[in-house]
Amino acid sequence: MSTHHVKVTVNGAVKEADVEARTLLVHFLRETLGMTGTHIGCDTTSCGACAILLNGRAAKSCTVLAVQADGGEVMTVEGLAQNGKLHPIQEGFMEKHGLQCGFCTPGMMLSAVALLKQNPNPTEDEIRWGLSGNLCRCTGYMNIVKAVQYAAEKMKTQ
Amino acid sequence: MIPPAFDYATPKTLREAVALLGQNPEAKILAGGHSLIPMMKFRLASPALLIDLNRLDSLAYLREEGGWLKIGAMTREADLDHSDLIQKKYPLLADTTRMIADPLVRNMATVGGNLAHADPANDHPATMLAYGAQVVATGPKGERVIPIDQFFTGPFETALAHDEILTEIRIPAPRPGSGGAYMKVERKVGDFATAAVAAQISLGAGGSCEYVGIGLTNVGLTPIKASKAEDALKGQKPDDANIRRAAQLASEAAEPASDYRGSEEYKRALVKTLAVRALRKAVERAKGG
Repeated sequence: MSTHHVKVTVNGAVKEADVEARTLLVHFLRETLGMTGTHIGCDTTSCGACAILLNGRAAKSCTVLAVQADGGEVMTVEGLAQNGKLHPIQEGFMEKHGLQCGFCTPGMMLSAVALLKQNPNPTEDEIRWGLSGNLCRCTGYMNIVKAVQYAAEKMKTQ
Repeated sequence: MIPPAFDYATPKTLREAVALLGQNPEAKILAGGHSLIPMMKFRLASPALLIDLNRLDSLAYLREEGGWLKIGAMTREADLDHSDLIQKKYPLLADTTRMIADPLVRNMATVGGNLAHADPANDHPATMLAYGAQVVATGPKGERVIPIDQFFTGPFETALAHDEILTEIRIPAPRPGSGGAYMKVERKVGDFATAAVAAQISLGAGGSCEYVGIGLTNVGLTPIKASKAEDALKGQKPDDANIRRAAQLASEAAEPASDYRGSEEYKRALVKTLAVRALRKAVERAKGG
Protein backbone atom coordinates (compact mmCIF):
# COMPACT_ATOMS: atom_id res chain seq x y z
CA MET A 1 0.00 0.00 0.00
CA SER A 2 1.45 3.31 -1.01
CA THR A 3 0.72 6.83 0.16
CA HIS A 4 1.19 9.75 -2.18
CA HIS A 5 1.34 13.48 -1.85
CA VAL A 6 -1.11 15.05 -4.27
CA LYS A 7 -1.51 18.66 -5.30
CA VAL A 8 -4.71 19.46 -7.15
CA THR A 9 -6.12 22.82 -8.21
CA VAL A 10 -9.76 22.67 -7.15
CA ASN A 11 -11.94 25.53 -8.40
CA GLY A 12 -8.82 27.63 -8.82
CA ALA A 13 -7.32 27.01 -5.37
CA VAL A 14 -4.36 24.70 -4.87
CA LYS A 15 -5.13 21.87 -2.42
CA GLU A 16 -2.53 19.43 -1.11
CA ALA A 17 -2.83 16.26 0.95
CA ASP A 18 -1.31 12.83 1.52
CA VAL A 19 -3.63 10.12 0.23
CA GLU A 20 -3.60 6.37 -0.12
CA ALA A 21 -3.33 5.25 -3.74
CA ARG A 22 -6.78 3.70 -3.46
CA THR A 23 -8.50 6.95 -2.45
CA LEU A 24 -11.09 7.81 -5.05
CA LEU A 25 -11.24 11.38 -6.29
CA VAL A 26 -14.80 11.75 -5.00
CA HIS A 27 -13.68 10.77 -1.48
CA PHE A 28 -10.72 13.13 -1.72
CA LEU A 29 -13.12 15.97 -2.54
CA ARG A 30 -15.81 15.10 0.01
CA GLU A 31 -13.78 13.78 2.91
CA THR A 32 -10.23 15.09 2.63
CA LEU A 33 -11.27 18.56 1.43
CA GLY A 34 -14.74 18.63 2.99
CA MET A 35 -16.35 19.70 -0.29
CA THR A 36 -19.60 17.76 -0.22
CA GLY A 37 -21.25 19.38 -3.25
CA THR A 38 -20.06 16.43 -5.35
CA HIS A 39 -22.41 13.54 -4.59
CA ILE A 40 -21.95 9.79 -4.50
CA GLY A 41 -24.87 8.06 -6.17
CA CYS A 42 -24.48 4.61 -7.69
CA ASP A 43 -20.73 4.35 -7.02
CA THR A 44 -20.52 2.16 -10.15
CA THR A 45 -19.88 4.65 -12.98
CA SER A 46 -23.51 4.71 -14.04
CA CYS A 47 -25.40 7.68 -12.58
CA GLY A 48 -23.14 10.72 -12.94
CA ALA A 49 -24.02 12.25 -9.54
CA CYS A 50 -20.27 12.48 -8.89
CA ALA A 51 -19.47 14.26 -12.18
CA ILE A 52 -16.75 16.90 -12.02
CA LEU A 53 -14.51 18.50 -14.62
CA LEU A 54 -11.02 17.01 -14.64
CA ASN A 55 -8.67 19.15 -16.72
CA GLY A 56 -11.70 20.59 -18.47
CA ARG A 57 -13.43 17.32 -19.31
CA ALA A 58 -16.43 15.90 -17.51
CA ALA A 59 -15.60 12.71 -15.62
CA LYS A 60 -17.14 10.47 -12.97
CA SER A 61 -15.08 11.05 -9.85
CA CYS A 62 -16.11 7.70 -8.31
CA THR A 63 -14.02 6.01 -11.01
CA VAL A 64 -10.90 8.17 -10.92
CA LEU A 65 -8.19 7.85 -8.29
CA ALA A 66 -7.17 10.99 -6.43
CA VAL A 67 -3.56 10.27 -7.42
CA GLN A 68 -4.59 10.48 -11.07
CA ALA A 69 -5.65 14.10 -10.51
CA ASP A 70 -2.24 15.04 -9.06
CA GLY A 71 -0.97 18.16 -10.83
CA GLY A 72 -4.32 18.65 -12.53
CA GLU A 73 -7.33 20.91 -12.32
CA VAL A 74 -10.70 19.93 -10.94
CA MET A 75 -13.91 21.91 -11.09
CA THR A 76 -16.82 21.01 -8.83
CA VAL A 77 -20.26 22.51 -8.30
CA GLU A 78 -18.76 24.76 -5.62
CA GLY A 79 -16.74 26.47 -8.37
CA LEU A 80 -19.69 27.45 -10.57
CA ALA A 81 -20.85 30.63 -8.84
CA GLN A 82 -18.40 33.52 -9.07
CA ASN A 83 -18.32 36.41 -6.57
CA GLY A 84 -21.73 35.49 -5.23
CA LYS A 85 -23.27 35.45 -8.72
CA LEU A 86 -24.82 32.22 -9.94
CA HIS A 87 -23.46 30.57 -13.09
CA PRO A 88 -25.97 30.66 -15.97
CA ILE A 89 -26.47 26.90 -15.63
CA GLN A 90 -27.39 27.31 -11.96
CA GLU A 91 -29.76 30.11 -12.88
CA GLY A 92 -31.24 27.88 -15.59
CA PHE A 93 -31.93 25.02 -13.17
CA MET A 94 -33.59 27.49 -10.81
CA GLU A 95 -35.65 29.35 -13.42
CA LYS A 96 -36.77 26.24 -15.33
CA HIS A 97 -37.36 24.04 -12.29
CA GLY A 98 -34.64 21.63 -13.44
CA LEU A 99 -34.56 19.78 -10.13
CA GLN A 100 -36.81 18.25 -7.54
CA CYS A 101 -34.75 16.37 -4.94
CA GLY A 102 -31.52 17.91 -6.20
CA PHE A 103 -29.32 14.87 -5.75
CA CYS A 104 -28.29 14.60 -9.42
CA THR A 105 -28.09 18.36 -9.89
CA PRO A 106 -24.38 19.05 -9.23
CA GLY A 107 -23.31 16.33 -11.68
CA MET A 108 -25.97 17.36 -14.19
CA MET A 109 -24.73 20.95 -14.11
CA LEU A 110 -21.06 20.00 -14.54
CA SER A 111 -21.92 17.77 -17.52
CA ALA A 112 -24.00 20.60 -18.97
CA VAL A 113 -21.14 23.09 -18.54
CA ALA A 114 -18.79 20.68 -20.37
CA LEU A 115 -21.35 20.22 -23.13
CA LEU A 116 -21.89 23.97 -23.61
CA LYS A 117 -18.15 24.57 -23.72
CA GLN A 118 -17.86 22.13 -26.63
CA ASN A 119 -21.13 23.06 -28.28
CA PRO A 120 -22.55 26.47 -27.33
CA ASN A 121 -25.66 25.96 -29.48
CA PRO A 122 -26.83 22.41 -28.81
CA THR A 123 -30.10 21.07 -30.21
CA GLU A 124 -32.47 19.32 -27.83
CA ASP A 125 -31.14 15.97 -29.08
CA GLU A 126 -27.56 17.07 -28.50
CA ILE A 127 -28.42 18.14 -24.95
CA ARG A 128 -30.05 14.77 -24.22
CA TRP A 129 -27.06 12.98 -25.77
CA GLY A 130 -24.58 15.15 -23.85
CA LEU A 131 -26.33 14.41 -20.55
CA SER A 132 -26.86 10.71 -21.25
CA GLY A 133 -24.28 9.78 -18.61
CA ASN A 134 -26.29 11.50 -15.87
CA LEU A 135 -29.42 9.98 -14.38
CA CYS A 136 -32.31 11.89 -12.80
CA ARG A 137 -35.09 9.99 -11.04
CA CYS A 138 -37.39 12.96 -10.43
CA THR A 139 -37.83 15.28 -13.36
CA GLY A 140 -38.21 13.12 -16.44
CA TYR A 141 -35.48 15.37 -17.90
CA MET A 142 -37.87 17.84 -19.62
CA ASN A 143 -36.99 20.72 -17.35
CA ILE A 144 -33.32 19.81 -17.26
CA VAL A 145 -33.21 20.19 -21.04
CA LYS A 146 -34.95 23.57 -20.67
CA ALA A 147 -32.45 24.62 -18.01
CA VAL A 148 -29.55 23.86 -20.36
CA GLN A 149 -31.27 25.75 -23.18
CA TYR A 150 -31.74 28.70 -20.82
CA ALA A 151 -28.05 28.63 -19.91
CA ALA A 152 -27.02 28.40 -23.58
CA GLU A 153 -29.07 31.51 -24.40
CA LYS A 154 -27.79 33.36 -21.37
CA MET A 155 -24.14 32.52 -22.07
CA LYS A 156 -24.45 33.89 -25.61
CA THR A 157 -25.27 37.33 -24.29
CA GLN A 158 -22.53 37.39 -21.70
CA MET B 1 -16.78 1.31 -2.31
CA ILE B 2 -13.05 1.72 -1.96
CA PRO B 3 -10.74 -0.69 -3.78
CA PRO B 4 -8.40 -2.96 -1.78
CA ALA B 5 -5.01 -1.36 -1.07
CA PHE B 6 -2.40 -1.35 -3.81
CA ASP B 7 0.82 0.36 -4.79
CA TYR B 8 0.77 2.94 -7.54
CA ALA B 9 3.45 3.99 -10.01
CA THR B 10 3.57 6.66 -12.72
CA PRO B 11 6.39 5.67 -15.07
CA LYS B 12 7.90 8.50 -17.09
CA THR B 13 8.63 6.35 -20.11
CA LEU B 14 7.17 3.33 -21.83
CA ARG B 15 10.39 1.43 -21.20
CA GLU B 16 10.07 2.09 -17.49
CA ALA B 17 6.44 0.90 -17.57
CA VAL B 18 7.41 -2.34 -19.31
CA ALA B 19 10.22 -2.93 -16.80
CA LEU B 20 7.89 -2.37 -13.84
CA LEU B 21 5.39 -4.78 -15.32
CA GLY B 22 8.08 -7.42 -15.81
CA GLN B 23 9.27 -7.06 -12.21
CA ASN B 24 5.79 -7.36 -10.69
CA PRO B 25 3.74 -10.45 -11.57
CA GLU B 26 0.75 -9.02 -9.65
CA ALA B 27 0.80 -5.65 -11.44
CA LYS B 28 -1.88 -4.31 -13.77
CA ILE B 29 -1.75 -1.48 -16.27
CA LEU B 30 -4.07 1.45 -15.55
CA ALA B 31 -5.34 3.08 -18.76
CA GLY B 32 -8.77 4.79 -18.65
CA GLY B 33 -9.58 2.70 -15.60
CA HIS B 34 -13.28 2.51 -16.36
CA SER B 35 -13.31 -1.29 -16.40
CA LEU B 36 -10.44 -1.92 -13.99
CA ILE B 37 -11.41 0.46 -11.15
CA PRO B 38 -15.01 -0.84 -10.95
CA MET B 39 -13.65 -4.41 -10.96
CA MET B 40 -11.30 -3.50 -8.11
CA LYS B 41 -14.16 -1.97 -6.14
CA PHE B 42 -16.11 -5.22 -6.54
CA ARG B 43 -13.01 -7.25 -5.56
CA LEU B 44 -13.06 -8.96 -8.95
CA ALA B 45 -9.50 -7.70 -9.41
CA SER B 46 -6.96 -6.91 -6.71
CA PRO B 47 -3.65 -6.05 -8.34
CA ALA B 48 -0.75 -5.39 -5.96
CA LEU B 49 0.49 -2.56 -8.17
CA LEU B 50 -1.15 -0.23 -10.67
CA ILE B 51 1.13 1.10 -13.38
CA ASP B 52 -0.55 4.29 -14.60
CA LEU B 53 0.01 5.10 -18.28
CA ASN B 54 -2.06 8.29 -18.16
CA ARG B 55 1.02 10.47 -17.98
CA LEU B 56 2.56 8.98 -21.13
CA ASP B 57 1.28 11.52 -23.65
CA SER B 58 3.29 9.82 -26.37
CA LEU B 59 0.73 6.97 -26.34
CA ALA B 60 -2.20 9.20 -27.32
CA TYR B 61 -2.35 9.90 -31.08
CA LEU B 62 -4.33 9.32 -34.25
CA ARG B 63 -2.53 9.42 -37.58
CA GLU B 64 -2.54 7.85 -41.04
CA GLU B 65 0.83 6.51 -42.04
CA GLY B 66 1.98 4.00 -44.66
CA GLY B 67 -1.50 2.73 -45.47
CA TRP B 68 -2.60 2.38 -41.86
CA LEU B 69 -4.60 4.38 -39.37
CA LYS B 70 -2.42 4.25 -36.26
CA ILE B 71 -4.14 4.78 -32.92
CA GLY B 72 -2.06 5.20 -29.78
CA ALA B 73 -3.36 2.88 -27.08
CA MET B 74 -4.10 5.76 -24.65
CA THR B 75 -6.30 7.61 -27.17
CA ARG B 76 -9.63 8.38 -25.48
CA GLU B 77 -12.96 7.44 -26.99
CA ALA B 78 -13.91 11.14 -26.93
CA ASP B 79 -10.89 11.91 -29.14
CA LEU B 80 -12.17 9.48 -31.79
CA ASP B 81 -15.61 11.06 -31.48
CA HIS B 82 -14.16 14.55 -32.06
CA SER B 83 -11.85 13.61 -34.93
CA ASP B 84 -12.87 14.73 -38.44
CA LEU B 85 -10.63 12.05 -39.95
CA ILE B 86 -12.47 9.30 -38.05
CA GLN B 87 -15.91 10.76 -38.73
CA LYS B 88 -15.26 11.05 -42.49
CA LYS B 89 -13.12 8.08 -43.35
CA TYR B 90 -13.75 5.50 -40.61
CA PRO B 91 -17.53 5.46 -40.09
CA LEU B 92 -17.47 2.01 -38.47
CA LEU B 93 -15.04 3.28 -35.83
CA ALA B 94 -17.05 6.50 -35.42
CA ASP B 95 -20.26 4.50 -34.91
CA THR B 96 -18.57 2.24 -32.37
CA THR B 97 -17.05 4.90 -30.18
CA ARG B 98 -20.38 6.72 -29.84
CA MET B 99 -22.04 3.53 -28.60
CA ILE B 100 -19.52 2.94 -25.81
CA ALA B 101 -20.90 3.73 -22.34
CA ASP B 102 -21.74 7.45 -22.03
CA PRO B 103 -20.03 10.80 -22.75
CA LEU B 104 -18.36 11.05 -19.32
CA VAL B 105 -16.94 7.56 -19.52
CA ARG B 106 -15.75 8.24 -23.08
CA ASN B 107 -13.69 11.17 -21.80
CA MET B 108 -11.58 8.70 -19.81
CA ALA B 109 -11.92 5.32 -21.55
CA THR B 110 -9.17 4.35 -24.00
CA VAL B 111 -9.15 2.30 -27.20
CA GLY B 112 -6.19 0.25 -25.98
CA GLY B 113 -7.90 -0.53 -22.70
CA ASN B 114 -11.11 -1.57 -24.44
CA LEU B 115 -9.12 -4.17 -26.43
CA ALA B 116 -6.60 -5.32 -23.82
CA HIS B 117 -9.36 -5.86 -21.23
CA ALA B 118 -10.81 -8.40 -23.73
CA ASP B 119 -14.30 -8.37 -22.29
CA PRO B 120 -16.43 -10.10 -24.97
CA ALA B 121 -19.04 -7.41 -24.22
CA ASN B 122 -16.68 -4.57 -25.17
CA ASP B 123 -17.37 -2.89 -28.49
CA HIS B 124 -13.99 -2.25 -30.15
CA PRO B 125 -13.01 -5.93 -30.46
CA ALA B 126 -15.75 -6.73 -33.00
CA THR B 127 -14.99 -3.54 -34.89
CA MET B 128 -11.27 -4.30 -35.06
CA LEU B 129 -12.08 -7.84 -36.23
CA ALA B 130 -14.25 -6.36 -39.01
CA TYR B 131 -11.46 -3.98 -40.04
CA GLY B 132 -8.81 -6.71 -40.02
CA ALA B 133 -6.75 -4.57 -37.61
CA GLN B 134 -3.45 -5.33 -35.90
CA VAL B 135 -2.24 -4.47 -32.44
CA VAL B 136 1.31 -3.66 -31.42
CA ALA B 137 2.56 -5.19 -28.18
CA THR B 138 5.64 -3.65 -26.56
CA GLY B 139 7.69 -5.83 -24.23
CA PRO B 140 11.24 -5.97 -22.89
CA LYS B 141 12.54 -7.14 -26.27
CA GLY B 142 10.74 -4.46 -28.25
CA GLU B 143 7.62 -4.49 -30.37
CA ARG B 144 5.69 -7.28 -32.00
CA VAL B 145 2.62 -7.11 -34.18
CA ILE B 146 -0.38 -9.33 -33.43
CA PRO B 147 -3.18 -9.72 -35.99
CA ILE B 148 -6.44 -9.00 -34.19
CA ASP B 149 -7.96 -12.37 -35.09
CA GLN B 150 -5.20 -13.99 -33.01
CA PHE B 151 -5.44 -11.54 -30.12
CA PHE B 152 -8.51 -12.69 -28.16
CA THR B 153 -7.68 -16.08 -26.69
CA GLY B 154 -10.49 -16.39 -24.11
CA PRO B 155 -12.84 -14.38 -21.93
CA PHE B 156 -10.71 -11.50 -20.58
CA GLU B 157 -7.65 -13.24 -22.03
CA THR B 158 -5.38 -12.05 -24.81
CA ALA B 159 -2.20 -13.04 -26.61
CA LEU B 160 -0.28 -10.41 -24.61
CA ALA B 161 2.44 -11.81 -22.37
CA HIS B 162 2.42 -10.49 -18.79
CA ASP B 163 5.33 -8.15 -19.50
CA GLU B 164 3.86 -6.74 -22.70
CA ILE B 165 1.78 -3.57 -23.06
CA LEU B 166 -0.63 -2.96 -25.93
CA THR B 167 0.73 0.30 -27.34
CA GLU B 168 -0.82 0.82 -30.78
CA ILE B 169 -3.76 -0.28 -32.89
CA ARG B 170 -3.41 -0.33 -36.69
CA ILE B 171 -6.41 -0.27 -38.99
CA PRO B 172 -5.82 -0.72 -42.74
CA ALA B 173 -6.67 2.62 -44.37
CA PRO B 174 -9.78 1.90 -46.44
CA ARG B 175 -9.49 2.25 -50.20
CA PRO B 176 -12.09 4.34 -52.06
CA GLY B 177 -15.43 2.53 -52.25
CA SER B 178 -15.28 1.37 -48.63
CA GLY B 179 -17.78 1.77 -45.83
CA GLY B 180 -18.69 0.30 -42.50
CA ALA B 181 -21.26 0.44 -39.73
CA TYR B 182 -21.76 -0.70 -36.15
CA MET B 183 -25.24 -1.68 -35.00
CA LYS B 184 -25.84 -2.29 -31.31
CA VAL B 185 -28.88 -3.04 -29.21
CA GLU B 186 -28.49 -2.02 -25.57
CA ARG B 187 -31.22 -1.86 -22.95
CA LYS B 188 -30.23 1.67 -21.93
CA VAL B 189 -27.35 4.10 -22.35
CA GLY B 190 -24.23 2.76 -20.72
CA ASP B 191 -25.26 -0.89 -20.75
CA PHE B 192 -23.25 -3.55 -22.48
CA ALA B 193 -24.63 -4.79 -25.79
CA THR B 194 -27.41 -7.34 -25.76
CA ALA B 195 -25.79 -8.00 -29.13
CA ALA B 196 -23.95 -5.88 -31.69
CA VAL B 197 -22.56 -6.35 -35.18
CA ALA B 198 -19.65 -4.55 -36.88
CA ALA B 199 -19.43 -4.65 -40.68
CA GLN B 200 -16.80 -3.28 -43.05
CA ILE B 201 -17.03 -3.57 -46.84
CA SER B 202 -14.96 -2.52 -49.86
CA LEU B 203 -16.64 -2.58 -53.25
CA GLY B 204 -14.69 -3.40 -56.44
CA ALA B 205 -15.06 -1.74 -59.83
CA GLY B 206 -17.92 -4.05 -60.87
CA GLY B 207 -19.81 -3.37 -57.66
CA SER B 208 -19.05 -6.71 -56.01
CA CYS B 209 -17.57 -7.02 -52.51
CA GLU B 210 -13.76 -7.15 -52.59
CA TYR B 211 -13.42 -7.00 -48.81
CA VAL B 212 -15.90 -8.08 -46.18
CA GLY B 213 -15.28 -7.97 -42.44
CA ILE B 214 -17.91 -8.92 -39.86
CA GLY B 215 -17.41 -8.96 -36.06
CA LEU B 216 -19.90 -9.84 -33.30
CA THR B 217 -20.09 -8.36 -29.79
CA ASN B 218 -21.25 -10.12 -26.61
CA VAL B 219 -22.62 -13.27 -28.18
CA GLY B 220 -19.88 -15.69 -27.10
CA LEU B 221 -16.99 -16.19 -24.72
CA THR B 222 -14.80 -14.03 -26.94
CA PRO B 223 -15.54 -11.46 -29.64
CA ILE B 224 -16.39 -13.42 -32.79
CA LYS B 225 -15.16 -13.01 -36.36
CA ALA B 226 -17.99 -14.30 -38.57
CA SER B 227 -15.68 -15.82 -41.18
CA LYS B 228 -18.27 -17.94 -43.01
CA ALA B 229 -20.52 -14.93 -43.39
CA GLU B 230 -17.58 -12.89 -44.72
CA ASP B 231 -16.63 -15.61 -47.22
CA ALA B 232 -20.22 -15.95 -48.43
CA LEU B 233 -20.38 -12.27 -49.38
CA LYS B 234 -16.85 -11.88 -50.73
CA GLY B 235 -16.83 -11.61 -54.53
CA GLN B 236 -20.62 -11.28 -54.57
CA LYS B 237 -22.87 -8.33 -55.30
CA PRO B 238 -24.20 -6.91 -52.02
CA ASP B 239 -27.84 -7.36 -53.00
CA ASP B 240 -30.59 -8.13 -50.55
CA ALA B 241 -30.48 -11.90 -50.98
CA ASN B 242 -26.70 -12.07 -50.49
CA ILE B 243 -26.81 -9.77 -47.46
CA ARG B 244 -29.53 -11.91 -45.89
CA ARG B 245 -27.55 -15.08 -46.55
CA ALA B 246 -24.44 -13.57 -44.92
CA ALA B 247 -26.51 -12.34 -41.96
CA GLN B 248 -27.94 -15.83 -41.48
CA LEU B 249 -24.39 -17.24 -41.39
CA ALA B 250 -23.35 -14.51 -38.92
CA SER B 251 -26.19 -15.50 -36.60
CA GLU B 252 -25.05 -19.13 -36.86
CA ALA B 253 -21.52 -18.07 -35.84
CA ALA B 254 -22.88 -16.50 -32.64
CA GLU B 255 -22.77 -18.57 -29.47
CA PRO B 256 -24.88 -16.50 -27.10
CA ALA B 257 -25.90 -17.53 -23.60
CA SER B 258 -29.37 -16.83 -22.20
CA ASP B 259 -29.24 -14.19 -19.47
CA TYR B 260 -31.17 -11.21 -18.18
CA ARG B 261 -30.53 -9.39 -21.46
CA GLY B 262 -32.36 -12.05 -23.47
CA SER B 263 -32.63 -15.68 -24.44
CA GLU B 264 -30.20 -17.45 -26.70
CA GLU B 265 -32.82 -17.56 -29.47
CA TYR B 266 -33.55 -13.86 -29.15
CA LYS B 267 -29.88 -12.90 -29.30
CA ARG B 268 -29.28 -15.09 -32.34
CA ALA B 269 -32.24 -13.47 -34.09
CA LEU B 270 -30.91 -10.07 -33.05
CA VAL B 271 -27.51 -10.81 -34.61
CA LYS B 272 -29.20 -11.66 -37.90
CA THR B 273 -31.24 -8.46 -37.95
CA LEU B 274 -28.33 -6.28 -36.86
CA ALA B 275 -26.06 -7.93 -39.45
CA VAL B 276 -28.55 -7.13 -42.23
CA ARG B 277 -28.75 -3.51 -41.06
CA ALA B 278 -24.99 -3.10 -40.58
CA LEU B 279 -24.20 -4.61 -43.99
CA ARG B 280 -26.82 -2.46 -45.74
CA LYS B 281 -25.50 0.67 -44.06
CA ALA B 282 -21.89 -0.31 -44.87
CA VAL B 283 -22.79 -0.74 -48.56
CA GLU B 284 -24.67 2.56 -48.60
CA ARG B 285 -21.63 4.31 -47.14
CA ALA B 286 -19.26 2.48 -49.50
CA LYS B 287 -21.30 3.89 -52.38
CA GLY B 288 -20.83 7.35 -50.90
CA GLY B 289 -24.32 7.61 -49.42
